[in-house]
Amino acid sequence: MTEALVEMKNISHSFGRAGVLHDVSLTINPGSYTVLLGPSGSGKTTLLSILGGFLVPRKGSVLIRGHNCTMMPPAKRPTTTVFQDYALFPHMSVGNNVGFGLRMKGVVKSERDRLAHEALVIVGLPEAFKKKPHQLSGGQRQRVALARALVVKPAVLLLDEPLGALDLKLRRQMQDELKIIQKQVGTAFVHVTHDQEEAMALADHCVVMNQGRIEDEGTPERVYAKPATRFSATFMGESTIIPGEVTSVTSTAISVNTVFGSFPIIATAEEGAKVTLAIRPEHMRLIRDSRSITFGSAEVTAVVFQGSFKRVVAASKTLSGPTFIAKIPATHEVAVGDTVTPCCHIENLIMLTK
Amino acid sequence: MRGLMKLFSAIYALAIYGFIFLPVVVLVVFSLQSTAFPIPPFTGPSTRWYEAVMNDPRLTSALFNSLAVAIISSVVAVALGFVSAWGFARFVLPGSAVMRGLITLPLTVSYLIIGMGLLVIFNMIGLPKNLIAAGIGHVVINLPLCFAIIYSQMGDHQINIERAARDLGATEWNVLWLVTLPILWPAIFASLFLSMTFSWDEFVISFLLTRFDTTLPVEIWNLLRSGLNPKTNAVGSLVFAVSVVAAIVLELILLRRRPA
Ligand SMILES: Nc1ncnc2c1ncn2[C@@H]1O[C@H](COP(=O)(O)OP(=O)(O)O)[C@@H](O)[C@H]1O
Ligand SMILES: [Mg+2]
Repeated sequence: MTEALVEMKNISHSFGRAGVLHDVSLTINPGSYTVLLGPSGSGKTTLLSILGGFLVPRKGSVLIRGHNCTMMPPAKRPTTTVFQDYALFPHMSVGNNVGFGLRMKGVVKSERDRLAHEALVIVGLPEAFKKKPHQLSGGQRQRVALARALVVKPAVLLLDEPLGALDLKLRRQMQDELKIIQKQVGTAFVHVTHDQEEAMALADHCVVMNQGRIEDEGTPERVYAKPATRFSATFMGESTIIPGEVTSVTSTAISVNTVFGSFPIIATAEEGAKVTLAIRPEHMRLIRDSRSITFGSAEVTAVVFQGSFKRVVAASKTLSGPTFIAKIPATHEVAVGDTVTPCCHIENLIMLTK
Repeated sequence: MRGLMKLFSAIYALAIYGFIFLPVVVLVVFSLQSTAFPIPPFTGPSTRWYEAVMNDPRLTSALFNSLAVAIISSVVAVALGFVSAWGFARFVLPGSAVMRGLITLPLTVSYLIIGMGLLVIFNMIGLPKNLIAAGIGHVVINLPLCFAIIYSQMGDHQINIERAARDLGATEWNVLWLVTLPILWPAIFASLFLSMTFSWDEFVISFLLTRFDTTLPVEIWNLLRSGLNPKTNAVGSLVFAVSVVAAIVLELILLRRRPA
């Protein structure tokens, strides 16, 4: 086990009376790409600001490479930030923008220019060296901001919604490049976003946040396949959610009773516990086979053709039944108003206790 | 019908601009009069009255007094305005909005009231009537303006830019010197020049707060008491010329700011 690069321990913070972070602990490993994913207002920026030194938490501590940095101002921390509005210095050339951090460290001009040029090569913009920020496009400014933060060789690079201001196509493109650059330079990145696709594409370690708490964390594959909480199952990708109650418990399996009957599940839980069953859209089917378990019947309310598949939303006809979300093959004929029989294989039921 | 409308708007425009500029034109033209009265017919051009102004030690010293008061009071007003704008933009203060309102309030109070108020206070604390008192008066009237102009440029983006500088290891001094001032200099220069032009032809406060050494507008007023003559026109034209130069400099700064 490698030693942690950053340890945030039991961080709590509030602005005025409103609690924003509640006892959050987070570990960041060297060379990892950590993504903080959560809806707007969940405290992601606050957590990142505490890591960057822009805020001192009410409670808890921040250790970077084993040193307690909780009270250390940003100028002294081995962290740098890429701001969402890029925050480039408008009166300086791109070269001087990138070299600014080195200048503050007392590096001589010729060396500064050489390193700034190198950093611009890494982000693919060496020709912009002499330009002013206002002569660049949004995507190019983003790269300059990245180069400026990377050139000082921080222990951790912080990015707050770095792609939020870009249009979708550019965002997907920059996303791929960010990942490549991160692997190339080997610096640990901590990236804040509310876009789950971005999170899945980038993260080695995905941290799902909600209302100032970490709901779930792990590899994006694990978080997607086995979400820890109901929130995580609906925010990191969509799910059909069916509430239920544990009715019987054996040593290897339990039985969960729902409006659609009882289902056996291989898991452990206490009898009488309220649980939630989640089904990912790609596992939800509208045509049954011999192994399917079914969920009554439902009326299709929306069909969206998305190229390789169709996204179907259907309302259960059972009283207090759920809304079903399914991704089905594009060749499958289905129209709004059709009655369908939602079903899935038993092993694709995800049981959530929170 | 259309033609008529056009004619009317042309006449209207002419009347407006005539109304604004005619007095100035008359002032300047008759300052070049070669005879003793600034009334038609025009007998110039001659620089006789300008020479008379330059040879009048009271007018020349008033001119220097005015320049000194304008420059020093404006620099002080800009410095104080900058510091307060910086403070308001960066720190969450209790009652921040109210305090900001209070600091810009003097913009709406008449110079006469401000002048009288200062006169009473200076009397109480024993500060004699002199150029320093007038300079303080000019700081009082120009500070709100400088504050408002500079504060308007200190949005969230500017604050983030300064954060970025700190994040990259800049000390507060470096942030101020290498980032804040260079970015805000158009706003700082604009407020400096505006303050200087306001101070330059300000009369009421200078009149109330000075006694022996005084500023040019007050000296001109003294001159006018003995009746109109081309010398008053000449010195008025000089005042006007300085204001025009300041206005042009200001325009150039503001035009240069607009990104291409
Ligand atoms: N400077 C501040 N003063 C008061 N409240 C704040 C401040 N910054 C953030 N908040 C509040 O804290 C909560 C979390 O904010 P933030 O960390 O920005 O969330 P996120 O980045 O996930 O959208 C929000 O409810 C927000 O209104
Ligand atoms: Mg945020």
